[in-house]
Formats: sequence, C-alpha cells, structure tokens
Amino acid sequence: MDADMTDQTNAEKNSDVSKTGPAGLVGVSTEPGSKKPDPIIVADNITRTFGGLTAVDVDHVEIQRGAITALIGPNGAGKTTFFNLLTGFDQPNSGSWSLEGKSLKGVAPYKVARLGMVRTFQLTKVLAKLTVIENMRLGATGQKGERFWTAPFKFLWGKQEDEVTKKADELLARFLLDKKREDFAGSLSGGQRKLLEMARALMVDPELVMLDEPMAGVNPALKQSLLGHVKSLRDEGRTVLFVEHDMDMVRDISDWVIVMAQGKIVAEGTPDSVMADQRVIDAYLGAHHDTDLSELDEEALEAEVEAEIEEEEAK
Amino acid sequence: MDILDILRAALQQALGPQAIVFALAAIGLNIHFGYTGLLNFGQAGFVAVGAYGLAVSVVTFGAPFWLGIVMSLVAPLVLAVILGVPTLRLRADYLAIVTIAAAEVLRFVFGSVEMKETFGGSNGLNGYARPFQQANPYSSGIDLGIISFGRNDLWSLTVGWILVALCCLLVWALMRSPWGRVLRSIREDEDAVRSLGKNVFAYKMQALALGGVIGGLGGMFLALKQASVVPSDYSTLMTFYAFAALLLGGAARVLGPVVGSILFWFLIAGLGSFFSQSAGKGGWIPTVIMTDTQASVIRYIVLGLAIMLLMIFRPQGIFGDRREIAIDGR
Amino acid sequence: MRKRLYRVLVALIGALMVLLVGTPVAAQATETPPPDATAIQVTLQDEANKDAQGNPKPISGVTLEVTKDGKKAGEGVTDDKGVATIVVKELGKYTVTLDEKTLPEGTVLDENTKDKVTVTVRFQGPNNRAIFPIGVTAGEQSSFLKDFAENLRAGLVFALVLCLAGLGFSLIFGTTGLSNFAHGELLTFGAVMALSFDQIFKTGGLSSVSVILAGVIAVALGGLGGYVQDKLVWGPLRRRGTGLIAMMIISIGLAIFLRYLFQYFYGSSTHSLSQYSDQQREQHWYYLGLSLADREAVIVVIAIVTITAVCLWMAKSRMGKAMRAVSDNPALAASSGLRVDGVITNAWVIGAALTALSGVLYGMQLQVNSFMGMRILLVILAAVTLGGLGTIWGALVGSMVIGLVYELGPLFGVPTSIKEIGPLLIMIVILLVRPQGILGRKERLG
Repeated sequence: MDADMTDQTNAEKNSDVSKTGPAGLVGVSTEPGSKKPDPIIVADNITRTFGGLTAVDVDHVEIQRGAITALIGPNGAGKTTFFNLLTGFDQPNSGSWSLEGKSLKGVAPYKVARLGMVRTFQLTKVLAKLTVIENMRLGATGQKGERFWTAPFKFLWGKQEDEVTKKADELLARFLLDKKREDFAGSLSGGQRKLLEMARALMVDPELVMLDEPMAGVNPALKQSLLGHVKSLRDEGRTVLFVEHDMDMVRDISDWVIVMAQGKIVAEGTPDSVMADQRVIDAYLGAHHDTDLSELDEEALEAEVEAEIEEEEAK
Repeated sequence: MDILDILRAALQQALGPQAIVFALAAIGLNIHFGYTGLLNFGQAGFVAVGAYGLAVSVVTFGAPFWLGIVMSLVAPLVLAVILGVPTLRLRADYLAIVTIAAAEVLRFVFGSVEMKETFGGSNGLNGYARPFQQANPYSSGIDLGIISFGRNDLWSLTVGWILVALCCLLVWALMRSPWGRVLRSIREDEDAVRSLGKNVFAYKMQALALGGVIGGLGGMFLALKQASVVPSDYSTLMTFYAFAALLLGGAARVLGPVVGSILFWFLIAGLGSFFSQSAGKGGWIPTVIMTDTQASVIRYIVLGLAIMLLMIFRPQGIFGDRREIAIDGR
Repeated sequence: MRKRLYRVLVALIGALMVLLVGTPVAAQATETPPPDATAIQVTLQDEANKDAQGNPKPISGVTLEVTKDGKKAGEGVTDDKGVATIVVKELGKYTVTLDEKTLPEGTVLDENTKDKVTVTVRFQGPNNRAIFPIGVTAGEQSSFLKDFAENLRAGLVFALVLCLAGLGFSLIFGTTGLSNFAHGELLTFGAVMALSFDQIFKTGGLSSVSVILAGVIAVALGGLGGYVQDKLVWGPLRRRGTGLIAMMIISIGLAIFLRYLFQYFYGSSTHSLSQYSDQQREQHWYYLGLSLADREAVIVVIAIVTITAVCLWMAKSRMGKAMRAVSDNPALAASSGLRVDGVITNAWVIGAALTALSGVLYGMQLQVNSFMGMRILLVILAAVTLGGLGTIWGALVGSMVIGLVYELGPLFGVPTSIKEIGPLLIMIVILLVRPQGILGRKERLG
C-alpha cells in the first residue's frame, strides 16, 4: 500500500465521494479479497481449525477505513470465529493480520482494544450486576483510579472520574439509556443491552468498532435508532465492521459487504451487487442443504442454549 | 444450664483472637472471591506463609524481629506471584483445586520431619514473639463484667482489631475506586473487561496478592498472639471456616467478612458451650444420645449444615445484596 | 548391600479411661485395665519396617517404666501389637522411660533422641491422646529391590482403591460438572457402613462372611445415598440453575456436615473390620514376585472385576452411552431427546456406590475412621485430574499412576512423612500444563 494512494483516498473521503457513494469504495473490485484504497485492517492466510473442522480459512481480506462493512454468511460460516481471531480472543493456527499497519499477531485482546479496535459480543456481555452508568465508566481508558497505588486516594482520581461520568452521560443520552442510568444492567431488555454494549464500546474512543450481530434480539422499535447510531459512527469518522443476519439492515447501512461461507470469503461488493450474486445465493442455499448433521449446528445450538441461560440469569 | 455462661463463652470467642485471624483471612478471601471472583481454596496457605515468614526468619535464620515482620508481609506476596502467574488463567474450579493443593503441600512441608531444622516439624516454631510481648503498654487486663481478657490478650486484641480496621478501610477505599470497579467487572465477565482494554491478568494478580497479604497478616497476628506457629493450624479447614465466615457476613461487602467472623465464632463457641452443658453429667440430654465427646462435635455438624443452607437459601449472607452477589459459577 | 538407617516411630498414647468400646487395640492389650481406670497407653511401632499391609510393625517385648516426680508409678511390657497399657493412680505429669536393653535385636535408640517422653494425663476429652516420636535407629538390613516390591504391592492395592473412588468422582463430575468436595465422605460412608453391619453380623451365624455381607450392604447403601442426595440436594439445585461454584461450596458444607456426623457416631479413633482386626496369619499369594496377603488378593480381585464391569457397561450399555453423551455435551444430549436428569441421577447412584466400595476396600486394607475419606480426597482429585477430569479411562490411568507414585515416591526421595506431596505436585503441574489431563480432549474445556 503506497502512501500516495492513502492520501488520495483520504482526500476523496473528505470531499464529495463520502456523500454520494460508499466511503472511498467506488470502483473497488468485487473479487473476494480485493484491494481497498485505504484499508484499516489487512489480514492474510488466516486459518483456524477446531479438531478436524476448518472454521476459518481466509486468504486475504482488507477492511476500508471510514466505511461500514458488513460480514454476512450462513450459520457456522466462521464469522464470529473470524471476529474473535481479529480481536485476539482466539488464536489462529496460521496467518497474519494488522491494524493500521501494526501487526496484531499474538497481541492480547486488551492491547488490541487499546490500539483502537473495540468489539461487542454476539451474546451481549453487559456486566449485569453493575449499574448502567458503572458499565459505561468502565469503558473509559487511561483512568488513574484504575491503578492500584492511586486507587485508594480519591483526590487523585475524583476529577477524572467526573469527566468520565460526563462523557458517559452524554453517550447514554444519545443512546436513550439515560433513564436507566442507575439500574442494574441485568434489568435491561435484550435490545437495551445491545445499546449499552455499543455505548460502552464508544467510551474507549475506538478507531474501529466491531459489532457482532448488533440487531439480534432487538425489537423493531429500537432497530431504527440502532441503525442511526451505527451510521453516526461512520459520520464521526470511525470504521465499523459488523456481523449480521438481518439483510434489511445490511442493505440499509453498509457501504460494503463481505460474504463468508464455510470459513472462506466467497464474495465482496456493494450491498446490491452482493445480494444479486449467484455465489452468495449458492452459499446460503448450500448451507441450508447440509445443516442437519454438521458440527456447525452444534455450535449454534450451544450458543442458543447459552443465550437462554443468560436470559434466565438476568431474571 | 447457665445461659450467662454460654453467652460468656460465645462473646469471649467472638471478640477474641480467633475472630481476628479469621476476619483477616476472610477479608483477603473477600477480595479474591467476593470482589474478583477468584476461587482461592488455599487461603490457609497464605495465612501459613504469613506466620512462618515471621517465625522462620527470626528463629531459624536469626533475623531481627522487624525483618521478620517484613518477611511475614513479603512471603504471601511471593506466594501470590508464584501461584498466580500460572494459575490465574485457569478456570475457576481448577484454580480452586490448584490453590487447595498448594496450601496442603505447604502445610506438609512445614510439618515434615525431614525439614524440621527449618520449619520445626509438627511442633512448629516458637521463641520469636518476645519483642511483641515486651511492647505491651497495658499493665493489667480488662474485665468487662461478662467477659474479661488478660493483659497479654488485651494487647493482642488491640493490635488485631486495629489491623482489621485498617484492612477494612483499605478495602473500602479501593472498592469505591475505578480499580474496584474493574475487579467487580472481572468477577462478572472477564472477556467484556478485556474487550474494553483492561489487562485482566494484572488486575487478578493484584487482587490475589492483596488478598493474600491480608490473609498473611492474619497469620502474622496468630503467630504473635500464640507465640508459636504449628502446621496443623493451617489445614484446609481454616480456609473453609474463613469461607463460612465470609458467606455468613456477606461477600462483596466491606464489613461482611468481619461481621461474619465475629458471628461465626460466636455461634461456634456458643453452640459448643451449649452442648457441653447439655450433655454429660448434669445435662438434660441423656448420655445414650450424646456423650461429652459427641457434644464437642455437634457444633461442626451444625456448621456444615449452615454452610449448605446459607449457600442454598441466602447466598448473599446476612448483609449482602442479592443483586450483587458474586456466586454465579460460570 | 549396605546398612540403612531407619527411623522407628515410637508412639506413646497417654490415655485416661481408655475407651475400650470397640477398639480392638485396647481390647487385646495383655493387661486389660478395668474400663474406668486411669491408664497410659503406649504403642511402639517401627515405622520403617512395615508389614505386608503397609502398617508399621509393632515392637513387642519392650519394657516401659512410668515415673512421676522421680518416683516409679508403674511398669508395662509391650504386647505383640506393640501396645502397653500402664495403669496409674492419679492425674498429672508422667515420664515414660523406655528400657533400651529390651529393644529387639538390631534396634537401638538414635543418639539424637531421648528414651523418655512426658505424658500429661488429664481427666476428660480426647485430647489426652498424644503421640510422641522417639527416634530409634535400627540396624536392619534391607535392599532396594525388596523395598520396591513391598511398596509396589502397597501402591497397587492403593491404586485400585483410588481407581474406584476416581471412577465415582469422574462419573459425577462428567455428567454434572461438579467438583464434589464431599466425595471423600462418600468413601468414608462406605467404610463406616461396612463397619456397622460387620459389628452386627460378626457375632451371629454369619460371622464367616461378615465383612463380605457388610460390604455388599454398604455399597448398596452408598448407591442409595447417592440417589438420596441427588434427589434432595443436587437435583433441585440444578433445576434452580445454581452455579457450579455455589454447588462446590455447598459440597464443602456437606463434607463438613458428614465428616463430623461420622465422628459423632464413630468417634475419632480407628476401627478394624472384624475378619481382619487381629493380625492373623494370613495366607500369602505370590504373583510376579509380589506377595499379596489373602485379603489383599480379595481387594485386588473385587476391584479389578468391578472396574472392568463398569468400563464395559459404560462402553456397551444404553445408559453408559447416555452418560458419555451427557458428559460430552449436555445441551446436545438434551436436544437429542435424552432425559439428562435421569442420566445424572444414575451417575450419582453408580458413582456413590463405586466410591462406597472403594471405602469398604480401603477399610479392609487399612482401618476405618471418620476422616479417612477427607485425607485422600486430594489424592483422588489428583488421580482424576491427571487422567483427565470426567473421563473414564482417565480415571483409570490417573489412579494407577498416582497410587504408585504415592507408595513408591519415598523410595525415590520423597520424604516418607509427607508422601501426599507427590500426587499433589503432579496434580498442580498437570493443571498448569495440560488441564485437560493426559487423556482428556482439549476442546472440552470451554
């Protein structure tokens, strides 16, 4: 990737292209693994196997900076695993990947987050037994009060805590959670949890927000506002990568779509072109043909059961 | 049946040195388990190295008393690092097994015939506590009517309860801070905390070390009060009793372990006194049902039952907030 | 062949009002004092020179003199069990002096230690019992090979006992995920039940098969106990969705409860099962250079047959397969129509019965007391962890290794007084390096 090109596309993004078309993605090839003008993430030869099953096998992929990229694919296509690999929550068998040119191979998840790549989870991980505002405060980085030796002395961190709280309150208001401020996060509905998790991720001030199925379990009334939030992230100059099943959402807000099936990237392109792509239709149909006995279903089932358990615990 | 006698026995224990030792051990466990969710079943090991850190330095290696005190703080810290580096990545129940095994290994080593030269074998070590006893400012004991403490006990108790108070103050200050917030978050979901850029491992290590050192303080206090350290004091039962005290008072509450420990010893001593009066000669329970020896056992039966029932019906303890209790067990 | 120095443990038990009820040791003392007499009981044992069962060999025929304030207060000679009961008139501090000249050939007192011990005789409570080691050097000859064979035999028997308990633990852990800290007490339960029924049968017409009958009943009761606790405690907790950590703490409560309940009924002393209470001359069986006393042969046969049966049953039967399915993936098993709860109840029954059997056999091999299970709980845990928690083959292999390490460790430098350390260290290392155990699958650990 040469510097000239990067500069050029940045300039483009700031000019008229970003208003009319997908952020800097006009004219990009729709071949799987195609080059992007200004990639924030570049990944090569990533493989991850579970036992005999290859969950992820990605030759090359680039994610465009400042764009909303959707990662879609049938159940068990390896989307979440790929997410986990990128963010350091799982280790690949092979491959290399980088964020803004910095290699993330073997980097611990917390460091990945500090580098500006923050994720949410398919099954929301709000801290049920902390209040909503405490959840938010936790997200802030560089807190003096989080260091052991300064923590006992409130005068050392009190002021920063106030600033953090102010920022948290602004975000809560934006995500319509301000009325729930003092409630335990465990008392929130599924959709509100998704919102809280997203808001909390923003407390980190990430360059890149990775959302794992942000719409799952969210009621239709909240969906529209969530969509708005995701779009506004892009407008703030952040990059968004999300996994989603809800095709309406994908069509609505994404600038670029990457399709995975059986661990591989099978197609890329703008939402419209991808939805018309025969390979994509095949991938979805093919997946439906052999779902019954595959171990992939086991994974999905486990995820479901876990989700149920979580819901029960929340009660 | 002399109710005053029962009350006296119970109060004496509830305010006495045992309650202090277990309060300190339980405060440490509270940091581990109550706030951070680390299932440390080897707290007795931390208490033991606190006690032996002092005794071994002074008796075996001839170090001055103050250095012994320092070692008594350093030893649990070292143990925390040695245990923590490899184990903090383990699942909760595995961590429990490793820590309980490590504590038992320590106890076996301390009590072994082969290492008698260093650790004093099963008779333990003594003869290091003189400076502590000499520092006693009291000229006589205290008689509070129903209970009384001798001069030495009074001095031990003063030091002990001050230690407990300081530890509580520290825990309170830490747990209201963002640091404490990270710990409580780790207890609930490590991955969520990681995803927000916090070094979970470092926090767990800090928690393990802090709780271990506070447990070690309990050991140091016990060593000073008893003027001897004996390996059999530091069995797994010590850990379990500390857990019982913590659960009784309420985990994840600053005063939970202290209140719990006081109540624990109040009940243990009270029940002990009650049954020893009830059984045997002159008691109302016939000897066929309960002999003197059996009477001394029954409080532990009640204890076991109490731990079960507490955990089943009121896991938040007496003062805990059910919405905030740690024990989910993922 | 070089001379080896051995430590001999001389245990003095000062006891007032020796509890004669059911303690065979006291009952067989040569000079049985009246039950209400004040007495000092001294037991002399040669710790290094163990007999076929791995028990220290008693030293008989040694004269002991008891003095108080320099005046002679009594005298006794140890019997063939190494026990001398010396009646004294009043309470107080006594000094027991061992007459070195009467020690058996080749056994002399260590120069570092004394031939005197002070015993305080108090009136009440079990605290009267105190054990005082006196160092003695024995000039007996021994060979590494002989020791090895001895310890191998003890290790083999112990390993089989462990294996049964480990299988029980694994069945329960596999299906429920519970690290049951009350598992040791399930073992004790088997042993004390066998003891109780043995007491009933040993005097009647069934005395010749008393232990066997008692053992069978104990195992059945063990299984029943597993059923009852699953129905009363664990089942309801599971349905309530109680977390595993909470269950683990509950199991600790249960362990303490049961342990002291046993102590309430059986005291803190050790008891022997009737057919093996006296060190009768037993027939020995020789296999591959190992000499097994006939009760050991019985233990080995019962254990191997049971273990084989359980393994076959797990591999072939419907319920066995169901159990493995549940331990592999409970959610999947449930969704494929298995009655998971029923499977778990079965695991509890069989697991508890196996563990009770292990307790019966362990009680036959050594002796029965209220704390026997607690003492080896961590060793059992070490065995199943080494093999792989929740796997049947893992329990087998792990128990074999740990059982042998436990008994053979001392030959390779593990201090004898703390031989538990070997298994514990192995367990720690295994959990750190390969928490799934040597036979476990990595994927299982989420």
